[in-house]
Amino acid sequence: MAITEAAPGTYIGSPVKRKEDASLLRGRGTFVDNLTLPGTLTMAVVRSPYPHARIRSVSLDAARAAEGVVAAFSGADLAEDWAGSMPCAWPVTEDIKMPPHYPLAVDEARYQGDGVAVVVAESRAFAKDAAELVEVDYEPLDAVADVELALADEAPIVHADLGTNECYVWKLETDDVQAALDAADVVVTRRYYQPRLIPNALEPRGVLAQAGPTGDMTLWSSTQVPHILRFTMQLVLGIPESKMRVIAPDVGGGFGSKVEAYAEEYLAVTLARRLGRPVKWTEERAEGYQATIHGRDVVHELTFAATKDGTITAVRSEAKCAMGAYLQLVTPGIPLLGAWLYSGPYAIPNYSVTFTGVFTNTTPTDAYRGAGRPEATYVIERTMDALAAELGIDRVELRRKNFVREFPYTMSSGLTIDSGNYVASLDRLLELLDLPSIEAEQKARRASGDVKQLGIGLSTYNEMCGLAPSRILGAIRYAVGGWDSATIRFQPLGSVQVVTGTSPHGQGHETAWSQIVADELGVDVEDVEVLHGDTAVSQLGMDTYGSRSLTVGGIALWNAGQKVIEKARAIVAHQLEVSEDDLEFSNGTFGVKGSPDRNMGIKDVAFQAHAAHNLPDGMEPGLEATAVFDPPNFSWPGGAHAAVVEVDTETGDTRLVRYVAVDDVGNAVNPMIVDGQVHGGITQGIAAALYEEGTYDEDANLLTTTMTTYLVPSAAEVPSYETDRTLTEADNPLGVKGVGETGTIAAAPAVINAVVDALSHLGVTDIQMPATPERVWNAIQEARS
Amino acid sequence: MRHLSLTVNGARHELEVEPRELLVYVLRERLGLTGTNVGCDTSSCGSCTVLVNGESVKSCTVLGVQADGHEVTTIEGLARNGELHPVQQAFHDHHALQCGFCTPGMVLAAVSLIESGEATDEDAIRLGLEGNLCRCTGYHNIVEAVASAAGVS
Repeated sequence: MAITEAAPGTYIGSPVKRKEDASLLRGRGTFVDNLTLPGTLTMAVVRSPYPHARIRSVSLDAARAAEGVVAAFSGADLAEDWAGSMPCAWPVTEDIKMPPHYPLAVDEARYQGDGVAVVVAESRAFAKDAAELVEVDYEPLDAVADVELALADEAPIVHADLGTNECYVWKLETDDVQAALDAADVVVTRRYYQPRLIPNALEPRGVLAQAGPTGDMTLWSSTQVPHILRFTMQLVLGIPESKMRVIAPDVGGGFGSKVEAYAEEYLAVTLARRLGRPVKWTEERAEGYQATIHGRDVVHELTFAATKDGTITAVRSEAKCAMGAYLQLVTPGIPLLGAWLYSGPYAIPNYSVTFTGVFTNTTPTDAYRGAGRPEATYVIERTMDALAAELGIDRVELRRKNFVREFPYTMSSGLTIDSGNYVASLDRLLELLDLPSIEAEQKARRASGDVKQLGIGLSTYNEMCGLAPSRILGAIRYAVGGWDSATIRFQPLGSVQVVTGTSPHGQGHETAWSQIVADELGVDVEDVEVLHGDTAVSQLGMDTYGSRSLTVGGIALWNAGQKVIEKARAIVAHQLEVSEDDLEFSNGTFGVKGSPDRNMGIKDVAFQAHAAHNLPDGMEPGLEATAVFDPPNFSWPGGAHAAVVEVDTETGDTRLVRYVAVDDVGNAVNPMIVDGQVHGGITQGIAAALYEEGTYDEDANLLTTTMTTYLVPSAAEVPSYETDRTLTEADNPLGVKGVGETGTIAAAPAVINAVVDALSHLGVTDIQMPATPERVWNAIQEARS
Repeated sequence: MRHLSLTVNGARHELEVEPRELLVYVLRERLGLTGTNVGCDTSSCGSCTVLVNGESVKSCTVLGVQADGHEVTTIEGLARNGELHPVQQAFHDHHALQCGFCTPGMVLAAVSLIESGEATDEDAIRLGLEGNLCRCTGYHNIVEAVASAAGVS
């Protein structure tokens, strides 16, 4: 399959077709459930049907006696296996409450789906049949699902020994916020609820664990974070990292939900160790809706203070954030990923952000695409429209007036944006949108009382990604670092192996990393093989999440390439008997300046480096280098999005007519892949705005239990997108910024702003996400009455 | 156990299966054809789509024994002589896959849609693929790929 017409030196910036496709298109993906080892057993987890219950007893006799069953265990049976609690890596405050969390509950189940027992059998069917024979005597307890009700005086307490559902309070505030609010001409405060979102990676989670002969262990997992998982296995199971191999084979999407160390991963490993046979578990979708983390579930109150002419002088945000029943890997830290961004792309001198983390009897929350930044951007961009209406200033002009214009720019929240041009993105958006003609059509429909009203919604945004500078992570109490690594290794005959610490699951690193290395070293893109997702191959890595892979791992890759070139240069200088300064390297060849006949190709250098017949004194044979890159700053994409919607005022049905996105993500290594990331991101933002909501009833029973009640949009619900880019180069050797989350961050407020705009002439000022036909219709009726 | 006789990708198979075994597990676990994926329990996502006698079917909604005597095509049987099917090639050319988990089902649904003559324009393609979910691509490039393979703009 020809993948490109580009040549070395021009790969970066070209839409090179993906290397990954050849196997995936033929059905040869290596997803975990496709893997089976001789003697593999299947694990099934018995889960609490109650949102909160005391476990009086667990009877496993019938299950153990069932056909094909090898073993069954309760939480108490396995208690001795755990060297420690399942870790939460981000205790965001000194006094955060961190209740212990084990792979199976022992005395009390705290959310519907909490694991209480496990059955291992010779087949999937035997395991499922036997799981139904496990008898658990539950004493139901009061439960709470609502984040605000959970803070009320008489609320059921999720962890009784804590005496409260308040997990932590985290605050970031500049000195004069109250004075700025007092002095403002206008103060606008709005309240928003961002519902629970269920990530829905199309591949359900899967694990396969195999104990080796020397106390070693191999775990195949549908994970975004094989390196982090290896680390946690030592903490929970006492298996040294040096004995633990984690493999992330083809992984079918993640969107944050696979940035985890889950109960089933520990269970499969401990059972493989106990039973001496490989143990496999594959999540069912309905099971995953309870057992895989959720995102969002945040109540905000956002305040802007402004002068009459529209200069915003202060922002204050107070948010109550659902943790769920336990703290997963980075549950309490998710709001913090947006904590410095509540001024958006605007210059706002006074700044106050408070997060209250709250336990509820629900599935734990954690990272879902955007993680913290969609939450911040939504409340900012909704309130920008509210402020524009309050001031009687055009919403475009209000945004333009408050944009940050000089870069680098240190925000009042304290972090520094390296680059950007928000005006350019907005100008390009308006050009593509042709706003006057849409507004004219909107006006005509309003005048004629058309059943279908048009709305236009804007979202100008920035975000911080590229996680992350290790020193900053340390300062905000994150447990580990944010660097990444890459190794570039020439084989003797000139092919190139790249080992990356990033762990792709759809992002196309094999292709994009090949482009970078092929350009840098002057080899063909087909000569480069990218290895990833196996801790035995890639020893050093911090994996893939938070739009970090290119801006951290990609820069490590570039730096490793520079080291390879420097070693090769020394070999060439030695063999051609010239000074290194007399050599120039271009398109894969070292040439002597002024003597074009005297040259040496890098593949020849690779052979010479391995033959080692004639190397400089003291030089080690071989041609490879490893670089570890710790980014000095976050990555700062930004841009301007617009949604145009048509709302049926009789049925409340909303259709997206157009969606236009202009993003500044720095240089695009592969513009085809960048566009794909933007399309997918936008769709998840639209999904949150119009379709998706994970709901619990008042007793904390999950109501959206399958894809039939939780509406992941299909092709029929969304339009084709109009996308473009403006460019400011980031402060790194490739000039690149993150792109994986931008669409999701920008899209939801653009769509809701559009729905409200469509109905504003009827008096509608807000619509709860997702803007279902019922909610839209009700909003119209309320406004009319 | 029941006897099942079916043809998959041109090869005839005689099997003894449990009556409750779904076609998708017959394909995956009995025949080792793991290209057909399971993404949900509710016939919602379409990851398990295969062709039965040329028509797209969600193989998690069909019992294995219901396929008795029929011809099944899975993603493994679509490329011929090492050459990708035009729909597979269009998916590659248009970057219509990212993680690739929905891809086998999506490709086969698209093949069926095109062969039935229903892929007449963008709206028809979008409606025709509504039974297949993709979480990565936002469908934009899938629709372009299918339109290209169908020869419509």
